[in-house]
Formats: sequence, structure tokens, C-alpha cells
Amino acid sequence: MTQLLNRILPLVQKPARYTGGEYNEIKKDLADVRVRVAFCFPDTYEIGMSNVGMRILYGVMNQMDGVWCERVFAPWGDMEEQMRQHDLPLWALESRGPVKDFDMIAFTIGYEMSYSNILNMLRLAGIPLRSSERQGLHNMVFAGGVCAYNPEPLADFIDFFCLGEGEEITPEVLDLYDRAKAEGWTKEAFLLAVSKIDGVYVPSFYRHEYAEDGTLEAVVPLVDVPAVITKRVVEDLDRAYWPTKMIVPSTEIVHDRANLEVFRGCIRGCRFCQAGFSCRPVRRKSADVLFRQAKETLEDSGNNEITLSSLSTSDYRELKELTDRLIPYCAQSKINLSVPSLRADNFSRELMEKLQTVRKSGLTFAPEAGTQRLRDVINKNLTEDEILTTCANAFSGGWNNVKLYFMLGLPTETDEDVLGIAELVYKVIKTWKEHAVNKKRGLRVHVATAYFVPKPHTPFQWEKQITPEEYLRRCKLLKDHFYSRSIEYDYHAPDLSRLEAVMARGDRRLGEVILAAVENGAKLDGWDEYFRYDLWLDAFRSCGVDMDRYTTRGYSDDEILPWDHIDVGVSRGFLLRERDRAYEAQITPDCRHGCAGCGANKLLKEVSCDA
Amino acid sequence: MLRAMFSKTGDAVWISHLDLMRLFQRAFKRAGLPLTHSQGFNPRPSVSIALPLSVGVESHCELLDFQLDGVEVPVEELRERLNEKLIPGIRVLSVYDDGMKLKELGLLRCEVVMEYDRPVPEGAGESVRALFGRDQLLVEKKGKNGVTEQDILPMIRSLSVEASGDAIRFQAVVCCQDPSLNPMQLVAAVERYLPELSPVYKKVSRMELFDKNGQPFR
Repeated sequence: MTQLLNRILPLVQKPARYTGGEYNEIKKDLADVRVRVAFCFPDTYEIGMSNVGMRILYGVMNQMDGVWCERVFAPWGDMEEQMRQHDLPLWALESRGPVKDFDMIAFTIGYEMSYSNILNMLRLAGIPLRSSERQGLHNMVFAGGVCAYNPEPLADFIDFFCLGEGEEITPEVLDLYDRAKAEGWTKEAFLLAVSKIDGVYVPSFYRHEYAEDGTLEAVVPLVDVPAVITKRVVEDLDRAYWPTKMIVPSTEIVHDRANLEVFRGCIRGCRFCQAGFSCRPVRRKSADVLFRQAKETLEDSGNNEITLSSLSTSDYRELKELTDRLIPYCAQSKINLSVPSLRADNFSRELMEKLQTVRKSGLTFAPEAGTQRLRDVINKNLTEDEILTTCANAFSGGWNNVKLYFMLGLPTETDEDVLGIAELVYKVIKTWKEHAVNKKRGLRVHVATAYFVPKPHTPFQWEKQITPEEYLRRCKLLKDHFYSRSIEYDYHAPDLSRLEAVMARGDRRLGEVILAAVENGAKLDGWDEYFRYDLWLDAFRSCGVDMDRYTTRGYSDDEILPWDHIDVGVSRGFLLRERDRAYEAQITPDCRHGCAGCGANKLLKEVSCDA
Repeated sequence: MLRAMFSKTGDAVWISHLDLMRLFQRAFKRAGLPLTHSQGFNPRPSVSIALPLSVGVESHCELLDFQLDGVEVPVEELRERLNEKLIPGIRVLSVYDDGMKLKELGLLRCEVVMEYDRPVPEGAGESVRALFGRDQLLVEKKGKNGVTEQDILPMIRSLSVEASGDAIRFQAVVCCQDPSLNPMQLVAAVERYLPELSPVYKKVSRMELFDKNGQPFR
């Protein structure tokens, strides 16, 4: 008789994402395995398999003797329905074994709107959701990723968090678990021991106390654990593990290509950007190592495309050396080299032209704000001149498609700033009229505005989010000033960003809310097909938690923030200084023009910050 | 032009036609076998697969046509090098350079299994055989212009039915080109006319290809 999963597969969309069996998938003999890790990505296969962090840690864990790390993704709604109907618990791809049979369950969390998926995946696996309901070492749930920098909304569900980069901390944690399992430790003994590993945060060892007005009053360690937990970083990226034998999906994923990370950290300091601050300090990787890894990855995977990734690839010091070697190699092997997030500087323009010989991609800018004043406030150092010059070059080179991304609701934003977006767009259209070589094909300017979400560990971490009504008013104001038929304007409903803002700066009181929402059916919130704002509003109402507390209220700077006991390297003093400069519309030059003293270099012992 | 005959079984049956093309393009690259590329704005390696296979259907006789760019490799070595770089479930059975013209392809031998949760009732085999012994067997067919009805009997060249245990099995030779019959339609006929024999799971396998005269196609 055909097994249950195979009987269900014909009934769901894209069944190949549920079977595993891809090239370079790692299988081990269970007889040799002491620690089974179910590595869960709280979104679909197509998203999760595009995630570089997951690829790295999959390799890191499977390199370990006695450890088998397998992948688990969130099922799409049609599959979930079949699973519930047939009582089929969530499984891992490699062995097809049920997740509840695994020793450890790891989540990588990069997006606040995947919190419901974490709980839903545990539920589909048949694992108790609350940490306190799981006894013993079996099914130990831990998590990492950028969202772990404010772990509190998930504190009730995750046994411990690993903060920062996972290459080194993950083997330390797994070795400890291996020993604990062999020696039959209790869960408490393991958690106490794991809390001694640098970068590990065990939420159940801390009590959060709230004042009568609802603000956080104290975070009290209940046992001998550090008062502040500092994230981990890898110092020498040249020697760090990099997966050159990547799993090659047999079905199309979002980023269906090889991916090479050229450096870590960011020298820019855009004041709204969480990654820009929380991924510091800057650590280099040499062009030699990168070229070798690119070649190995491409030869091994057979991919016909490779992306050079980082937070700002133009700032990679050896970009010229690397591309001088990669461009001829890729051209000869008919491989498309893509270099996203290039800045509008001269070298990048030249590079864009060279890359064109392989394939021409679109032109995208993220000025984020419409006026120079507001761009100075957010320290987005992209001038109107740079945008228009790059556009002029591109238009005379035959491009006729531009995407422009902005945010609405940035601190200090006025209607003048909003209308500045319309003005900038008209200047782009005017530039096209002056420089386009083929006007018959017309111009498309795609404009998108997002609703600003203040994030922890940024200079804007204390800011108020504007109300959804005010956001929509600004969208409409902008829309009313777009007259040209060349403009396509997209703005999202504010619901998702409001919820994202709540989760991003939330505290432990949100645990109840997430649980209630998931019990009412919340899942796949990042997908329009599934996002149900009403379920969330009901959950907040029934738990008596006020969303505005986390959004429009803002945080005062003498208040304890829910993430104050998490240290990502950048100091609070620096963030406050940056906030004050923002209010004065003072830019802070990038780190290469002089160290601004963010403090993240204290995380390095062997090397210094390479900004 | 070279041709590879390959099988698609196990978990690989869930890979779609387009994904399978991509998978082969990458396997060639991994094996260090450069393919000729299409001309134009966005050159793509040229591989083509005859008779796209529905997702979920197994096959032991798929055909892949391709052309190597500037290298000559003995066919047996080609087969080995590809198999080293393919995934479980996709196996190249043979590679040859004298394949027949695809338009001569006409018939397909296939197996269809209908599975049940309980033993097949007595007389089920007879009922199914009687069904296919009718003068006409209209089955709904979903096409570009909506749902139409087609008589499937003229497209079935031979059919044997075996009912045992908890399954009913068909062995059939059906037309696979101008016109073509999707073997799943054999199950559709049972579901329509003998609904009490609707299976809980059905499995189709392509076994062997023939030309229009019933000679083996390669």
C-alpha cells in the first residue's frame, strides 16, 4: 500500500517541496546518530531554501559526528488541511521522520510575521507549545536569527535562544546536548549549563516585572545567569565554514541560484535599518577565498546564476578584484552574475555596464524619503543628483523601467516630505524625456511606499509609529499628486506593518496573544492569501493587550526596553547620539570616513573592525 | 542531436516538467558537459523532453534530446557522467545519437494501479473488463476550451485487467500522439461508470514506447 504522504501529494500544489531528495541533501544512518536536529524554517520551502543562514547552519551541524540535521518547512494551506484530515504529523524532509521524534528543534527567525508559523509548526508536529509543558531533554526547542535580538514575544515557547552568528555557537550547544543526553541530565540542568555558553539566552531564568502603568520595570535573573547577553560573531570569515556543496532544489525557489556572502556588517548606518546596526562590526572576506568558493559552488551545483550578497555590496573593499576575476569566468561558463544592492557611485555604474554583457537587470533605487532633509534625518546618504545621474545613464543605455522604494511615517516627516516623493518621481520622468533613446516603448516608474516600522537596536527604537489612519492619509496625499500615466503606485494596507511593529518591539505579554491567534487559525501571515488581521485583532482584544502600547505610544528613553538585556554590540549611548543627530537632520558619515564609535568593535578579539 | 532515455521514479515523480528541464540543465553543468544554448536576449541551454509527464506519474521511458557544445563524449561515458550528477529517482538508461523522429512516436505501454483501503470486492475484475468491453466509453476531458467528452476506446490498443488483494491493475497499450490518451483516463472511466470502485489512490507508470506500427521506439 502506498504510504500516506504519497497518497496526499497528488492533492496539493507543488508536491516536490514536501519530498526532499534534492542534489546534495545529507542523509545519515540513524544507527550512527546521537543527536537529531529538526531545523525548522517558519515559512514555505521556497522561502526557506533561499535563506543563506539556513544553508550555512545545515552544513555546520551535519559536519558534526553523531549529529544529523534535517530540514522542516511550513506547509502551504492545502497541505496543512490534508495533514489535519489524515492525522499526519509534520515531518522532516531527509528521513521523512516525524518532528516529534527529534531531540532538538531549531528555528531560524528572520521575520516577525513568521511567529504564528513557529507555533503552528510545533502544533502540526504534535509538540506542546509552551516551554513549561515540555519535560525532559527531548524536543528541546531553540531559536536564532535576527528576530532573536528581541526574543521576548516568543519567550514562553522557546527553551533558549542563540544570539548572533551561528557558525561557532551551534556546535558548542549541540556538543553540550550530546553530553547531557548521554548522561541523562534534566532539562533544568541542561538549560543552566547551556546558559553559560556565550550568546545563549534562556528566557525562563529571567522574570519580567511590570509597573502599574504597564511599562517594564525590571528584568530579574532568577538563577546565576548573565544580566546582559552578548551576541556572537565570527571573527575570521576566510576561515569560517561556507557551504560550497549547496542543496540544489529540484523545484523552483525564490532565489534559485548560488549565493556568495562577500562580507558581514555595514558601514552605512541608515538609522531605520536593523541589520545595519545589529550585524556590525564589519568583517572582511578576501577576494581569493571568495573566488575559490564561487567556482567550487558553481561547479558543484551546476547553477547558472550567482549572486554576490551583503548589506551593501558596493562597500566590499575588494569588489573590483573579485569581479575582475568572476566576470570572465562567468561569461565563459555562461553563468549570470548578479550584484544586487549596488550604490549609485561611479565604480558601481561601470560594473553595472560590465555585468550587462551577461544579462540586463532592472534599475531599482531605495531613496526611502522624498526630500534631502528627511534623507539626512534617516542618514540615507543617497542624493537626488546621484539618482538622476544614474537614471540618465541608464535611460541613454536603453533602460525604460525604474523602481523607487520609499517609507512613509519616518520620524519628523511632514507633508512636504511626502510631496517630495512626487517631485522626485517627476524629475525621473523628466530625465527620461531628455535621455531616452527609444521613447516609443514608454517609461514605467514603479513607486512603492512602506509603512515605517521602528525596530529594536536602531536609533529609532524609541520612536512612535504613526497611526494607520495617518499612514493612509499620507498615501492618498501622495497618490493625488501623481498625474503621469507612467507611474505605477503601490502601497500596502497598514495592517501587516502595524502588527510587525507590535511584534518587533513587543514584550512577554505578547506570548498569550500569539498563542490565541494561532489557536484561532493565524498562519502564514506574510502571505496575502492567508493573513487574517481580524484573527489578530480578536486575539489582542481577548488577551486585553493594547496594540498601541507598542506602536503609536513609543518608548521613553528612561524606560527599560524589552530588549535592553540583549547586547548586539552597538551601545545605547551611540544610538541616543544618532537619534539626536537625526532630529537635527545631521548626517553621520559612513564608517570609512572615520569611526563613529558605535561600540561594536568590542565584539572582536583577534581582528579589528574592517569598516 | 543526442537522445537520452531515462526513468523517473520514487520521489522524483513529484518534479514538474519545467523543473525537470532545469534539473537536467544543472546536471549537465555539474557533469562538465556544456550544452548548446538558445539564441537571443536570454540564452538558455537547449534540452527538450518529449511528451511532458504529469506530476505524480512514474516513467521508465522518458526521452531527452540535447546537443553538446563543442565536445564529443562517447555515449556510454555520457550516461555514466550524467547519472553521477543526477538525483535519486532520475536515471539515464541509455544515450544514443540515432534516435527516431519524434513524429513517428505513436503508442505507449503503461501500467495503472488503483488502490483500495480494503480488499477488492469479488467480481470487480469482471465489472471493469465489461466496462471496457462496451461499444463506447465517454470520459470527460479537461482541455483549453473547457470540459469536453471523448470516447477513449479507439485510443486503447490492448488492455488487461487484474484484480487481486487491495488493488486493480491495468496493463494497457494506448495512443500517445495524435491523438493521445492520458492513462489516468482509464481510472476516470471507472470512477464515472463504476463509482463504487473509485480507488483511494491511483498510480500510473509509463513502461515502453512504440512507433505508430507498434515497433519499439528509441
